[in-house]
Amino acid sequence: MAQGVVYRYDGSFSGFLCCVAQCFFDKALPLGIEPLDEPQATLFPVREIVTEEALADRVARSVPQKISPEVWDMARRGFLTCMEEKEMRLLRFLLLGYKEGGRAARLAVNSDVDAVNKALLYLKNEAHYHVEFLRFADYGDFLGATITPNNTVLPLIAPHFCERFNTENFMIYEKTHQFGFFHRRGGQRGFFQADRIDFPAHTPEEECFQALWKRYYDTAAVEGRINPKLRRGNMPMRYWQNMTEFQRVGK
Amino acid sequence: MEKLEVLTDAAKYDVACTSSGVDRPAVPGRLGSAVKAGICHSFAADGRCISLLKVLLSNDCAFDCAYCVNRRTADSPRATFTPEELCRLTIEFYRRNYIEGLFLSSAVVKNPDYTCELMLQTLRMLREKEKFWGYVHVKAIPGADPLLTQRLGFYADRMSVNIELPSQKSLSLLAPQKSKEKILKPMGQIRDGIQENAHDLAVYRGAPRFVPAGQSTQMIIGATPESDRQILNLTEGLYKKYSLKRVFFSAYMPVVENSSLLPARSTPPPLLREHRLYQADWLLRFYGFAAGEILDDAHPDFNPLLDPKCNWAVNHMEHFPLEINKAPYEMLLRVPGIGVKSAMRIRSARRYCQLDFEGLKKLGVVLKRARYFITCKGKSISPLPMDNPAVIAGAISERGFAQNAASLQSWQGEAFSAPEQLSLFAPTPVDKVQRLTGQI
Repeated sequence: MAQGVVYRYDGSFSGFLCCVAQCFFDKALPLGIEPLDEPQATLFPVREIVTEEALADRVARSVPQKISPEVWDMARRGFLTCMEEKEMRLLRFLLLGYKEGGRAARLAVNSDVDAVNKALLYLKNEAHYHVEFLRFADYGDFLGATITPNNTVLPLIAPHFCERFNTENFMIYEKTHQFGFFHRRGGQRGFFQADRIDFPAHTPEEECFQALWKRYYDTAAVEGRINPKLRRGNMPMRYWQNMTEFQRVGK
Repeated sequence: MEKLEVLTDAAKYDVACTSSGVDRPAVPGRLGSAVKAGICHSFAADGRCISLLKVLLSNDCAFDCAYCVNRRTADSPRATFTPEELCRLTIEFYRRNYIEGLFLSSAVVKNPDYTCELMLQTLRMLREKEKFWGYVHVKAIPGADPLLTQRLGFYADRMSVNIELPSQKSLSLLAPQKSKEKILKPMGQIRDGIQENAHDLAVYRGAPRFVPAGQSTQMIIGATPESDRQILNLTEGLYKKYSLKRVFFSAYMPVVENSSLLPARSTPPPLLREHRLYQADWLLRFYGFAAGEILDDAHPDFNPLLDPKCNWAVNHMEHFPLEINKAPYEMLLRVPGIGVKSAMRIRSARRYCQLDFEGLKKLGVVLKRARYFITCKGKSISPLPMDNPAVIAGAISERGFAQNAASLQSWQGEAFSAPEQLSLFAPTPVDKVQRLTGQI
């Protein structure tokens, strides 16, 4: 019986696809898949997976063809989530796909498919929350914003803002995963990596509009119906740190 | 700044809060877009969603409706925005992703036509000069010229006219300057305009869109003595007759001292009743219920202990238990604990495999309530015998007895005494007899 191995890869999606390919060549499931920067040591034998773009492309083309575009879309988005053991679950999900074909996406009662579905739902909801709760500040030349999501939502929300604010220059920084997105009037846009961003100080005009918004927010509540539990349920407190209406410092 | 505060304060009782209903992708060169599913940018301290800049253009009202904060005889600070101020506010808030758009209402300044002209001026500046492409909800003013109402419709995404009160009698008593005809006329006009526009859009390319997100309305609950059944029947009638997208209910917040016509200042607002009405409204729109099924002459008011769907199910046990793998979609919707999303998931999952209770739990069905009404592959996991509806009603009621007592107390403001605490020292019937005979 073959000994179990743990794969180590570089954390990128292409790397993950190479792990999938490796699993096929070995004809055995690995015991775990860890990204390289994972500090926890393992007692099992480790196998380093090198990311080869050609191999990753082969897998990327075979999934929508042999399984279905839907499963491929789910796998790609599933990689953005913060699901526990996401690589192993996605690997098992893809293997189920190779076995059952396109209907794997619908087997909602299978525990791996169920976990992927729930993670995708969490991702979708968090992306939607961020579209709602993201707050730009006007720094004169451009609008800037910071978000701190659990899942990697920036690739999902960037298109919405590009479309809506196509007449503006803006930038969004995702603090948890240390990368950001910028957009210039005229179409230039892209992602960038950064450990930290320091925004310039607020202009007096910006302060004025922030104060107006805070006043609007405070006035809009009907006093007889104050309901903090309902508010927290609809707007979880972890989003409040980046929202203008809750900033009380320096007021 | 003060203008914003005064005019927001005056507008907050208008609860229509959605920014949904129209998908309008952005056009390059114009700021903004609209999304069908609706985006709530924030939630106020009372839990309600804030998605639009909801303000009155002016609160200097010429009318004198008894229930309103802004009525002419009330003593509150008055303010009016200029079109430039309002446009600037809207655009700057929109750029910072604070709002989805503008909700513009107004008190009747001088007369309805003059007010409409002011609103038109603001919207024209917003759409044409500032090139704003986001969501706009505008309130039509009852009694205004139809031509003005129509022109407003071409700038707005949604229009609404508030019905305010659920019956003509109440309306004539409390808001004599608005009449039923003045309110229903613009509603009919907007409905006809939307229909005509649908035809125009199909035939002419580049036709401007008239109120693409539809119409809605709002009524005040608890200010007048109508029964829940009357309100629900009116709601169903409004949906059918005017093709409304939504009817909103607003619990009456007493703002008037010493009025003989309205509930006293200290009356708590009927929040549970409003909640039940919204639940019933959802049943009408998404679950295929008719108003007569939810409430009828024998039961003109909602059950405070059970939501309307559970109430219906418990009173119609002859339809249950349903076999999950075979029941039609319409009947699945009627099971307490199965909502629209769960029913759709069940419908799509059961094509691929037989469902059992474990599977149902994964699909998101609330088994705690649904288990009394369904079977899977012939088996039921209901812990109680299903022949006595009262027992099941007790089991699926969401609240404990103490909460129920408190909610019954606020139901339509009637007094309801709290339950008596049991005591070991309370006189028993034997003691009472012995007192009479002199033994104690």
